[in-house]
Amino acid sequence: MADTSRDAAYVRQGMIGQRTPPVADRGAIRWLRENLFSSPLNAILTILGALAVWYMLSGLVPWLLRSVWDADSLAECRAIVQQRYGEGVTGACWAMVRARWHQYIFGFYPPALYWRPVLAFALMFFAIAPLLFADNRRARLILLSAVTVLGGGALFGVVYGVAPRLLGAPVESGWLPWALSAALIGLLGLAAFRPRAFLGFVALYPVIAYWLLWGGSVWGPVCVLLGFVLLALVYRLLSPHLGAAAGAGAAVVAAVVWWLALQGYVSGPLQAALPAALESVNSDRFGGFLLSITIGVTAIAGSLPLSILLALGRQSDMLIVKTLSVGFIEFIRGVPLITLLFTASLLLQYFLPPRTNFDIILRVIILVTLFAAAYLAEVIRGGLAALPRGQYEAADSLGLDYWRAQRLIIMPQALKISIPGIVSTFIGLFKDTTLVSLVGLLDPLRGVTSVVRADIAWKGIYWEPYILVGTLFFVICFGMSRYSMALERRLQTDHR
Amino acid sequence: MAMATEAPKDRFRLSMLVYDTRYRAVTIQVIVLVLVLMGLSWLFNNTVQNLALKDRDFNFGFLWNRAGYDIGQALIPYTNNDPHFRALLVGLVNTLVLAFFACLGATVLGVVAGVLRLSRNWLVARLMTVYVEVFRNIPLLLWILLTYVFLTETRPQPRDFRGEDPAATMWLDGSMVVTNRATNIPGPLFENGLGSVPALGLNVSLNFLAILAVVAASIWANRIVLWRARRIQEDTGRRPTTWWQSLLILFGPVTALLWALGFHLEYPELRGFNFAGGIALDHAFTAMFVALSIYTGAFIAEIVRAGIQAISRGQTEAAYALGLRPGWTTRLIILPQALRVIIPPLISQYLNITKNTSLGIAVGYLDLRGTLGGITLNQTGRELESMLLMMAIYLTISLIISAVINVYNSRIQLKER
Amino acid sequence: MTDTALAPASGMNVSDEVAIQITAMNKWYGSFHVLRDIDMTVNRGERIVICGPSGSGKSTLIRCINRLEEHQTGRIVVDGTELTSDLKNIDKVRSEVGMVFQHFNLFPHLTILENLTLAPIWVRKTPKREAEEVAMHYLRKVKIPEQAQKYPGQLSGGQQQRVAIARSLCMKPRIMLFDEPTSALDPEMIKEVLDTMIELAQEGMTMICVTHEMGFAQAVANRVIFMDQGQIVEQNEPRAFFNNPQSDRTKLFLSQILGH
Repeated sequence: MADTSRDAAYVRQGMIGQRTPPVADRGAIRWLRENLFSSPLNAILTILGALAVWYMLSGLVPWLLRSVWDADSLAECRAIVQQRYGEGVTGACWAMVRARWHQYIFGFYPPALYWRPVLAFALMFFAIAPLLFADNRRARLILLSAVTVLGGGALFGVVYGVAPRLLGAPVESGWLPWALSAALIGLLGLAAFRPRAFLGFVALYPVIAYWLLWGGSVWGPVCVLLGFVLLALVYRLLSPHLGAAAGAGAAVVAAVVWWLALQGYVSGPLQAALPAALESVNSDRFGGFLLSITIGVTAIAGSLPLSILLALGRQSDMLIVKTLSVGFIEFIRGVPLITLLFTASLLLQYFLPPRTNFDIILRVIILVTLFAAAYLAEVIRGGLAALPRGQYEAADSLGLDYWRAQRLIIMPQALKISIPGIVSTFIGLFKDTTLVSLVGLLDPLRGVTSVVRADIAWKGIYWEPYILVGTLFFVICFGMSRYSMALERRLQTDHR
Repeated sequence: MAMATEAPKDRFRLSMLVYDTRYRAVTIQVIVLVLVLMGLSWLFNNTVQNLALKDRDFNFGFLWNRAGYDIGQALIPYTNNDPHFRALLVGLVNTLVLAFFACLGATVLGVVAGVLRLSRNWLVARLMTVYVEVFRNIPLLLWILLTYVFLTETRPQPRDFRGEDPAATMWLDGSMVVTNRATNIPGPLFENGLGSVPALGLNVSLNFLAILAVVAASIWANRIVLWRARRIQEDTGRRPTTWWQSLLILFGPVTALLWALGFHLEYPELRGFNFAGGIALDHAFTAMFVALSIYTGAFIAEIVRAGIQAISRGQTEAAYALGLRPGWTTRLIILPQALRVIIPPLISQYLNITKNTSLGIAVGYLDLRGTLGGITLNQTGRELESMLLMMAIYLTISLIISAVINVYNSRIQLKER
Repeated sequence: MTDTALAPASGMNVSDEVAIQITAMNKWYGSFHVLRDIDMTVNRGERIVICGPSGSGKSTLIRCINRLEEHQTGRIVVDGTELTSDLKNIDKVRSEVGMVFQHFNLFPHLTILENLTLAPIWVRKTPKREAEEVAMHYLRKVKIPEQAQKYPGQLSGGQQQRVAIARSLCMKPRIMLFDEPTSALDPEMIKEVLDTMIELAQEGMTMICVTHEMGFAQAVANRVIFMDQGQIVEQNEPRAFFNNPQSDRTKLFLSQILGH
């Protein structure tokens, strides 16, 4: 034993190695003791918790185990359960899911055209990947490879499997899955080896997705793209002479004139001369998760520019700009989403010129976009506030004007910090898309379920549809929230 | 030695409007204002044109017409002869009452779940995590529908409780029952009641006013007791035990008053085809209350957990190192700091609850949106006026709540350099 | 640089009474053996500096002394009280032992005065006025009496740490533990905190400091203990320790911190 009392100099001769802790402090017994039964109160809580778990499972698990997957109606399900397991017993009737899952996913979209939403969904991951995994190239490529494989598989599935079964006849365009899978692989290669060209695809995605989902002549979307090209050209030409603001203004005016007035005159003749169109699908066929995802993604993506402007406006020193921004944000955040949806369905017709009439879905999307813009503005404001003050000062001292500083330095960082908040807002918005059933759209929760229940075969079924929709929502939202948490943790270490 | 001269005065040029920082802000604001006014006037113009085309005018006179529809759960007196305005009030009261109880339920549930989530007990912590994650990631509407379906489809009928050997039994020793028609709980009855007094179009019960007054007085008296205890502690160092005094003061007078008023509970009984007596809670209300409480409770649990974890471990260690016991450490050090972090998002959740009450339409709960924005709107065809009025009311409520948050924030701000 | 004007001859003010006795102490974090066979005796009035590379367990060691960490085997006896799971013993030890943390850990929602009077009022049950007098006395001692009504967020780092020292002193401890008290401070504030600690040492306080400030060690310490990999590797009185380190590990460590 070392004598380390005062005045005694001491040097250790040999270092002591690691030893294992005493027996009572290791292993399962210690874990049980410390975590479950460390005090009388804890022991009681453990017992109560175990009882609660037992109670819930004992009700749910037997019901699930007595599932019927193969039946034509609810009555038949019940008969099979009685037959197999005895009188007075209930079991889950998943046969409904087998019969109607396609309606929950696609709504009333024509089965022969299922490949289009599937492709649009797969391409969405390609478009989002650069944003979600900005610095992690490996994760990005892994995700995209998985999407390619799964997407290709899904395409084959819908064209060869689902559509023929639903329509009763094989589909004509059997070559489609092959061509599209090849396209996906090509896109994967582009993402891996030509990242800059790939960004071009990301920019084009919104137009591609719109065209895939709604169909129609390809020249319509092409003309919309031409409008953006026009915008860029006019800006490039005029801004050196008139200044950035005036140049931007003129560019916007030119583009708007093109879109509203001139575009129609060009796309019509083009379509007649070079017909290239996808079969057009009316908005009222959209339903189920297709509808929810479309509304959610469009709202978030479309609201980003507006929310950035609102966030900047809210922070600004200029009184009028600030008041307008704050007023808009507080108004949208102060009213329930339902009232905005009802505005879309009932009131928008008052506010727009007489006799304009467009799709209820588009009206809903517009208002949900405004809704998302207000919430995203708050998130981005938080991101701007989290930026160190030094960034603004560095940008100023480099001589960058306001908009350049924003575009090159401030916004990229603020948006990156805001991504967890943006994902949270998206999760909330995605859950809120279930409200569109209250304005007559076919959301998966109430819309499709009431359609399914209207069928005499499935009248009176209630647990199974809710469990199905609930599980799908849970998987999607939980996945996104885990991703957002992981991202937040990574950002915190980056910005320490 | 150079003399400081004044900066040369530039002659005013038009391009200064854009480039000179003195004028630039004004220019931009003027442009923005002009654009916004143009937009607003375009919208306004369209509205006027559309109204003219549909041969309608814009006035709120319809609010004073006879409503002509019944409202199942009306907490203030209402018949279908009353004007739409009264229906609006009934809806508003329904909204606020549901919001109040849901806020209460969600807070209790959320605080318990949040604290338990941090417990050392592995099982309980995991269970709370499961609760929070499951309820946060599934839409509120689904929970509402699920609860409503559970209540209306799986609960027994009233007649199943009848007879010598009933198929179903009441809960809590015969005091509460859930049938597929309603939830019946005991209701208060006063034998020697003071009656009620009509005021502001309501029948204000003097009993409840008396109880309220006595409770308020008790709370105030309790504060005096605590203040006195604090003075004694400051002077002598020993804090007198006050818990029995507080208990007596808080519960004594109220109990005495209730006894004097002849208070007893009226239990629901099976009479005829249904249960009568006590309070019958509409399934729409119960479903909304339960779903809102449990759903928002999950979010509040996360807020509470984050608030407690935001307090760095060093604070606890410093308190322990000074010799403070864990109970006092929590009360004096952790809780005050945690509340600062917890309360603003908590009040935001209350705002969310208030807005989410509008989902009651899915189960037929007639809140503000159900009456003004629903039946009244459909019957009178006054879409524009009803919607604008409804949005204005919601906006007012949410602005009040936001103002509360801001006031709280500015008052408890930690002073920094 | 040999004797400075303020260095008392080491050995003065140290009595024979044992303040802290640690015998064969071992601690594990899970299966990681963080403190190995620690034997240490501290007499009343001694000033001990513990140094070592990060991860060597020095902070863990002093945190075991006031039971912020629990040890698994061995004995720790502080001022005659053995540290076990008995809450009464822990309370007794904690009121006799004061601790100053690297990150100050002042209570941000209370004023400086309230920070100082909190423990005396609630633990020692001192009347408020008396507690405030004691608090002002120690605030004057650390030379910042005018900050009494401010909040911690309004003070500089050096001021906050001095308040933290005063806060511990208000409980009239017999032993003071310092866990890297100057590591989180800007260089110009380190001196004011070290001066306060030197004054404390000169008044005869028993002190154990975990620090990298070797100048402080040379000025004030009776003993310097070097720890590595959870065990005491070398100890000696400061002059011998710095001028003539015996172990190779000690030599390596000293070359790294004294190199520049």
